[in-house]
This record gives sequence, C-alpha cells and structure tokens, in this order.
Amino acid sequence: MMFADADQFFVRLKATWVALFPGQMQALVSVTTNAVAIVVTFALLFAVTTLLERKGLGRMQNRYGPNRVGPWGLLQPLADGLKMLIKEDIVPTGADRVVHFLAPVTLVLCVILGFAVIPMGHNMAATDLDAGLVFFFAAGAGSEVAVFMAGWASRSKYPLLGAMRAIAQVISYEMPLVLSAVAVVMLAGTLSLVGIVQSQEGYHWGWLARWHVFTPWGLAGFLLFFTAALAESNRSPFDIPEGESEIIAGHMVEYSGFKYALFFLGEYLGLFALAGLGSTLFLGGYLPPLAFLNWVPSWIWFLFKLMMLVSVFIWLRGTMPRLRADQLMEFAWKFLLPMSLFNLVIAGAWKFSRTWSVPGGNLSRWLMGAALLALAYLALSRLFQARHKPRVYRYV
Amino acid sequence: MTLMLFLLAVPTLAAALAAMCLRNLVHAALCAAICFTGVAALFVYLGAEFMGFAQVIIYVGAIAILLLFAVLLTRGFETLSPLRARQVPWPVGVMAALITLAVMTISVVSSPSLLRPRTAMVLRTRQVGDRLMTDYVLPMEAIGLLMTAVLIGAAVLALRDSNGAKRRRVP
Repeated sequence: MMFADADQFFVRLKATWVALFPGQMQALVSVTTNAVAIVVTFALLFAVTTLLERKGLGRMQNRYGPNRVGPWGLLQPLADGLKMLIKEDIVPTGADRVVHFLAPVTLVLCVILGFAVIPMGHNMAATDLDAGLVFFFAAGAGSEVAVFMAGWASRSKYPLLGAMRAIAQVISYEMPLVLSAVAVVMLAGTLSLVGIVQSQEGYHWGWLARWHVFTPWGLAGFLLFFTAALAESNRSPFDIPEGESEIIAGHMVEYSGFKYALFFLGEYLGLFALAGLGSTLFLGGYLPPLAFLNWVPSWIWFLFKLMMLVSVFIWLRGTMPRLRADQLMEFAWKFLLPMSLFNLVIAGAWKFSRTWSVPGGNLSRWLMGAALLALAYLALSRLFQARHKPRVYRYV
Repeated sequence: MTLMLFLLAVPTLAAALAAMCLRNLVHAALCAAICFTGVAALFVYLGAEFMGFAQVIIYVGAIAILLLFAVLLTRGFETLSPLRARQVPWPVGVMAALITLAVMTISVVSSPSLLRPRTAMVLRTRQVGDRLMTDYVLPMEAIGLLMTAVLIGAAVLALRDSNGAKRRRVP
C-alpha cells in the first residue's frame, strides 16, 4: 500500500539516515536529526503563515494583501526575510548589550523546546516523556523571563511597560490554560502527550471519534484552552503587550533587524506549539476524524488540525478589537479561572459516573454535564456583566 | 556519566556564585534563574523528571519573575552603591552561612534514605501522584490549606487598595 508507506515515510527515512552512522554516534545523530527537522519544518511553516495571515487579513479588510513579489505574492516571506537580514541592527546607547542580545535568543530557544514532546504523527514525537505535558509548560516558563529581559535591557519606557503588561497577562492566562489541560490529564490518566493521543483512539458507535472535544467538559475545556492560548501567544484581541497604537510594540520597540525577526519567529512558533498542544489534548492529535479516512497519513491530520486552529487565530485577529488592560485581567481572573475550576469538577464527575447506571446511558450523562456547564457559564457571565455597566463618557 | 554531572553542576554553581557577587540586582536575579534551571537539570539527570519540570515551572516561571518584579518595584537596581551593600558587618554573614550549612548538612546526613541500598530507580510520574494521594495526603492537604490562606490574604490586601482608589475617584 502506497498510503500506508506514506504514514511512516519520515520515520523510515530517519531510521535509514541514522543507520548510516556507527553504533555509538547513532543516539546523538537521532537527537540532532529530530531537532533539525523540528526547527526547519516550523520555521518554514512560519514563513507560510505570515503570507497566509497577510493575505487573509487583506481579504477581510477588502484589499489584496501582498501581490508584488513572485506569482500571487508567494515569494513575499522570502523578501521579508532578506529585508530583515540586511537591516541595520541598532542597539540603544543606554541598553544592557548582553541581556539585550540574549533576550530574543532565549525566547526562541524556550519556545522551540516545547515542540520536543508534541506527537506529530504515529511514532513521530521527538521524545515521549512520562511527564510530557509538564515539560511543555516548563519550557514555556522561560519565555516570560525572556520578555522581561527584552523590556528591561532596552532601558526605555515603552519596552518596560510592554514587558510588564506581557508578563502580567501571560501569568494570568497560564492558570486557565493549565487547568483546562489538567481535565484532560485526569480523564486520560497520563501526562505523556503520546498517551493522551492514544487515549482518544477508537469510535463511539462506530463513527464518532473518541476525541475529548466531543464530551461536555472537553468542549468547554477546549474553548477555555483556546481563549487562554490566544492570550498566551499575545494574539488579537489580547495583543495588549504589543499594542501598536498605545505602546508601539511593547518589549520589541528597541529591537531592529534580525533580532526583531527572532521575536516574531518566537511569537509564531509559540502559536504553533499551543495550537499543536490544543489539537493533541482535545482534537485527537494525529488521529483521523472518521474511520474510513484512516488511509490519510497521520502527520497530515496533525498539520491540518494545527493549520485550522491557526486560521481561526488569524480570523479572530481580523474581526476582534483589542481589549483594555484591566478588562483583560478581569476576564482571566473573574471569568476564565472560575469557569475552568468548575470544568475540572465536571470532568471528575464524568470520570466517576462512567460506572453508574443512569437512565438514558451516555446521552443523559452528556446532557447533564452540558447543562451544568451551561448553567455555570450563564451565572458567571451574569456576575461578570453586573460589574460592567455601559460606560458613560462625559466631556467637560 | 561523571562528565555529564560536571557539565551540569559547574554552570549551576557558577550561576549561583554570580547571583551573589554581581552588583546589578537584575543581573543577579537572572543568574539566579539560570541556577534554578541548572538544579532542575540535575533533577532530570537523577531520574526525577517530574521534580525537574516542576522546579522550572515554579522557580523560573514564578519565583524568578517575582524576584525581578521586586527588584524593579523597589528601585534598588539603580541606586545601589558599594557602601550600602556593606552595611551588614561581614561576621554576621559568615555566621548565617555557617548555620545554614550546618542545618543542611545535619538534615542530609541524618536522612534515612542514605541507609537504604542504592538502586537505580526510575520514578514514574504516576508513582509520585499515587504516593501524594495516599501516604502523603495530609502534608499535601496542609500545604493546600496554607496556599488558600495566602491567596485569600493577597486578595484581601489588593481589595483594600482598590477600594481606597475607588473612593478617591471622581464619580
């Protein structure tokens, strides 16, 4: 079968390549190959996504987007990259040169580490760690320090303000992000991301995939995760740290040339990592949605789901206005956090009600869970709205 | 394998030393973050994966950020002069260091785990979770209670502040 071959094509390619080396070197070569493959793939995906984003935003704003470089503007990312490379690299006189240089490097390094545990196909996870999910969040922890380094080392007002905002936002939204992922860990019974994907194998009644997103807590968890991921990757409508109209570009103001490009690379790689994690946790990772689609290689499904999520990110950027800083924090602490805690309770109830004999079976379990979550959502949003009366502007 | 240990331990110790000696407090805090990461790497090297990753999340993701914010908010990073740093007489520092070292040495030497036979053990995360929920459930609950108290205390402090601010605001 050609398609069955295609599924394991990259795995076999790597095995053949590694076998070319003598015994002791094979482990080292294997690890290096994984790392190089991840960096090259996602850097290329970054280039493609910038084009997709500019084209898509253009479409939404009723203009063409890039259409001058190459056919249909396809070579635009190449031109952008060249421009960034040959731009002058300016470091402010008062800046802390070493920290100023290290900040973008640290950011990209931390973000790339996260990809190490995400399974991108059958047998296609760089490492299958026992505590893979914890590793992912640990790798992300360093990026906050990197943002601080960038803001502080520039020795300028706007970067420092931007860095403060960015860190406050990322720390606040990490809570709902992690808590919605914890629900999946509870139900899958493992922290390994490969194990989590395997726990979603199979079909209900022979056709509905056993993805976590098709359970009430999974659906709520996915929406919470998605919202928190938007904020974590500083995307619109949560792009306050950049806030072009207020603080120009936040912690990146004093950066130019390739260092600036590195910040952008880090931001987009973080976006891919979170989209990949979201599809791994809730959307079945590399598993096909329907049984008869099994012949499509697993890595295509992973990339497809990842790009679907990224497209929704772009779509949201084209449609939503930016929030204010205090609204943003209030939303995280007073709505997302209680909601994700309640979701955790529902997930626990779902796990323990498996053995109960409820009239109506799974369907009534589903409806009960969904109804409870909907009630919590309504109550929380009522409470949230009560504090936010329509603003009255008075001009004196 | 000893080479690996040195590769991890030497940068960790160097970062710890730098965190003590550097005059610039932000640099010192950043070096402390490197030191925390090094300790986490040592945990992973010793087979305690979960501990290592949790160490990074808590110490680099939270404590280091807290240190950096504290340094910035107290404005200590610009006005630090060599004179101010020497206000504490050095014998006090040496005494504090010696006492800390003694306490740590005694607690390590008297630990019962030193007497057990040394076997290569790979700790699965599931085992950590099981033990936390069975043998060590009381300490864990106590820590949870403490954390909740701290969280409520922080919220109360912040609340008083924002009420004061509201009263001052023109309606």
